[in-house]
Amino acid sequence: MTEQNQLPLDQGESQFFRLRLFVIGASPNSVRAIANLKIICEQYLKPNYELEIIDVYQQPLIAKEEQIIALPLLIKKSPGVERKLIGDMSNTDKVLKGLGILTES
Amino acid sequence: MTKLHKKQQLITFEQLPKTPTGITGLDEITGGGLPNGRPTLICGEAGCGKTLMSLEFIVRGATEFNEPGVFMAFEEKADELASNVASLGFDLIKLQDDKKLRLDHVHIDRSEIEETGEYDLEGLFIRLGFAIDSIGAKRVVLDTLENLFSGLSNQIILRAELRRLFTFLKEKGVTAIITGEKGDGSSLTRQGLEEYVSDCVILLDHRVVNQISTRRLRVVKYRGTQHGTNEYPFLIDEDGISVLPVTSLVLEKEVSSKRISSGIPSLDSMFGGKGFFQGSSILVSGTAGTGKTSIAACFANEVCNNKKKCLYFAFEESPKQILRNMKSINLDLQKHIDNGLLEFHASRPTLYGLEMHLVAIYKIIKRFKPAAVILDPITNLITVGSVSEVKSMLIRLIDFLQDEQITVMFTALSLNTVVSEQTDEGVSSLVDTWLLVRDIESNGERNRGLYIMKSRGMSHSNQVREFTITDKGLSLVDVYLGPDGVLTGSAREAQKLREKTGVALREFAISRKDKEILRRRMMLESKIASLQAEFESTEEELNKIYLEEELKQNIIERNRQEITDIRRGNADTLKSKSKSKK
Repeated sequence: MTEQNQLPLDQGESQFFRLRLFVIGASPNSVRAIANLKIICEQYLKPNYELEIIDVYQQPLIAKEEQIIALPLLIKKSPGVERKLIGDMSNTDKVLKGLGILTES
Repeated sequence: MTKLHKKQQLITFEQLPKTPTGITGLDEITGGGLPNGRPTLICGEAGCGKTLMSLEFIVRGATEFNEPGVFMAFEEKADELASNVASLGFDLIKLQDDKKLRLDHVHIDRSEIEETGEYDLEGLFIRLGFAIDSIGAKRVVLDTLENLFSGLSNQIILRAELRRLFTFLKEKGVTAIITGEKGDGSSLTRQGLEEYVSDCVILLDHRVVNQISTRRLRVVKYRGTQHGTNEYPFLIDEDGISVLPVTSLVLEKEVSSKRISSGIPSLDSMFGGKGFFQGSSILVSGTAGTGKTSIAACFANEVCNNKKKCLYFAFEESPKQILRNMKSINLDLQKHIDNGLLEFHASRPTLYGLEMHLVAIYKIIKRFKPAAVILDPITNLITVGSVSEVKSMLIRLIDFLQDEQITVMFTALSLNTVVSEQTDEGVSSLVDTWLLVRDIESNGERNRGLYIMKSRGMSHSNQVREFTITDKGLSLVDVYLGPDGVLTGSAREAQKLREKTGVALREFAISRKDKEILRRRMMLESKIASLQAEFESTEEELNKIYLEEELKQNIIERNRQEITDIRRGNADTLKSKSKSKK
C-alpha cells in the first residue's frame, strides 16, 4: 500500500513542496495543526519540502490577500495547482489527498 | 391616567440608541434607524434588494453621517459591486481611497478547500477586525453570510463560530447588517440566521401582481423599540432606495383657513363665495364627458393667474391635447407654461407601478414646489393596482400634500353602472371637498348637473346646478325648478319661453278685458243716457198731461162758473168774482 501511495513522490524527485501554514498564535487548533503537519511532512515529503508557518495575528493584512477565512489553513503553493487545506491536519488521509500525494483513498 | 402618561414619557426617554440609515423612509419606520452597536438581519428572496439596501446603509453612513463602514461581500467581488452601484451615484472607489469604506471580498469555494480536522473562522474575524480598526468603522455589512455554509461543510463549527461572530461584532460596537436568503417555508433565512440576530430583523419582499412588480419591506422584529409593523412598499431608482411609509402616522397637520378660488365664479358662490380651502383635497367625480378635466384646467388656470405654481399630472391625455382642448373653452394654459407657473407631467399609468408613480409625483413636487397639484384622472391608476392599493397610495399622497400645504384636485371617473357614488377609489372619504358632475338625461338630451357632495368646514350650497361648458368658459346655471320638476338644458329654455309666452298672452288678455269693460261702460252709459232722455220725455209728457189736465180743469171750472153765473144771472157775483180774480 505504501509503495503505491508513494509512487508520485518516487517518480518526480524534482517535485518540491512549498507549503505555507497559517495559524493563530498558540490556539489549540494551531498547535495541533503544526504538530500534525510536521509529522506528515517528515514522513512523506522529506526532504523535498519547505514549510512556512505564519501567524496571522502578526500579519493581519495577509488574511485578505490569501482569502483566509477558516484557520488553521495550509496552502500548497507548488507543485501543481494551489490547494487549500483547513483544519488541524488530524485526518492524515485527507491531508495527503489534498497535497496530491495520496491519489486513492 | 397622568401616572400612565408619565410612564410612557419615561419609556421614550430610555429608548435605545439608534444609527440612522440615511435611507429615505426607513428611519421613519424604525423610529430613527437600526439599533446602534447591534447586528440587524435583512432577509429576503434573491433580487429583492438586500445587497443594495445594506450597501446604501454603508455609503450613506460614510457620506452623510461620517461613519466609516466595512462591506464584506461573500457573493460579489469588490470591483463588480463598485460598478453595479455606480449607476446610483455611489462612488465606492473614491470612498475607499478616502478611507471611508473598506470593501472585502470573501471568496470561498468548496472544491478548493479540503477539511482536515477541527478549525475555526478566526481568519474571518481577523480580517473583519483589521478592516474595522484600519478605518475606525462604525458600520459593518456581511453580505451574504450564509455563503459560508456552502463553502464549509462542518455545520457544528460554523454555527458555533457564527454565534461567536455576533458577539465579536457587538464587542466591537459596530452597527452591523447581515443579509440572508429567504428560506423555505416559514423560516426567514435558509440557515436560520435569525436565531443569532435577535435585535432587529427586516424582511424584504418582491412580488409581481398583474405583471407589475412591487418591492415591500417589513420590520419583523425590533427589540426594545416601537416600529411600524406594516409592509411598506419601497423602490430602487437612481437615488437609491426609497421606502414609503404613510408619511405621517399621526394626524397632526397644520391647516389653513385661507381660501382659493376654483376659477369658476359661480362655483365659488356655491362655497359661500370664496372657493376651496388652501391645502385641502378636492375630488371631482363624474361620468365620462361631464367636464372633469375642464374643471381641473379651470382651477389650474386660476392658480396660475394668481402667480402661483401648479402641477398637472395627466394620466389620460397628453399635455398638447389638453392645451388644445382647453383653448376651445377660452382657457389659454400655454402662457402659464411659458411663464413657468404650470407644468404638465403626462404618463400612462401602466408605465410603472403605483409606488413608482407615487415616488415620481413626490420627486416632482419636491422639486417644483407647487401651490396646487392636479391628478387627472386617478381612476386610471386602477389599471395598475387594486382599489385598496390605489387608496393607500392616495392616502399617502394626500398626507404628503397636506403636510406641504398643497391643494390637490383629483378627478375620477365614475361608471354609469355604479349605483352608489361612494366608491370612487375609496378616496371620497379622504377628501375635504367632493364635487359631483353628473348627467341629467331627459327629453332626448344630456345635460350636466353639478353639486357638492361634501365640503368640510364651510357652508356650501345643497343645490344641483346646471353646469355649462361654452366657448366663453365654464359656468353654472340655476336649474329650473318648475311645476314639472327639475328642468335643465333646452327643457329649461323651453319652459322659460313658455313662461314668456304665457306672460304675453296674459297681458293681451288683460288689455282685451279692459277694453271690453270700457266698451261695456260706454254702452251702459249711453243706455243710461237714452233712458234718461226717455225718462225726461216721459216726464215731460206726464207733466204736459198734468198741465193740460190743470188747464182743462181751470177752463172747465171757469166755464162752469160762467155758466153758473149766466144761469143765475147774477151780474154782481160775476163782477165781484171777476174782481176777486183780479
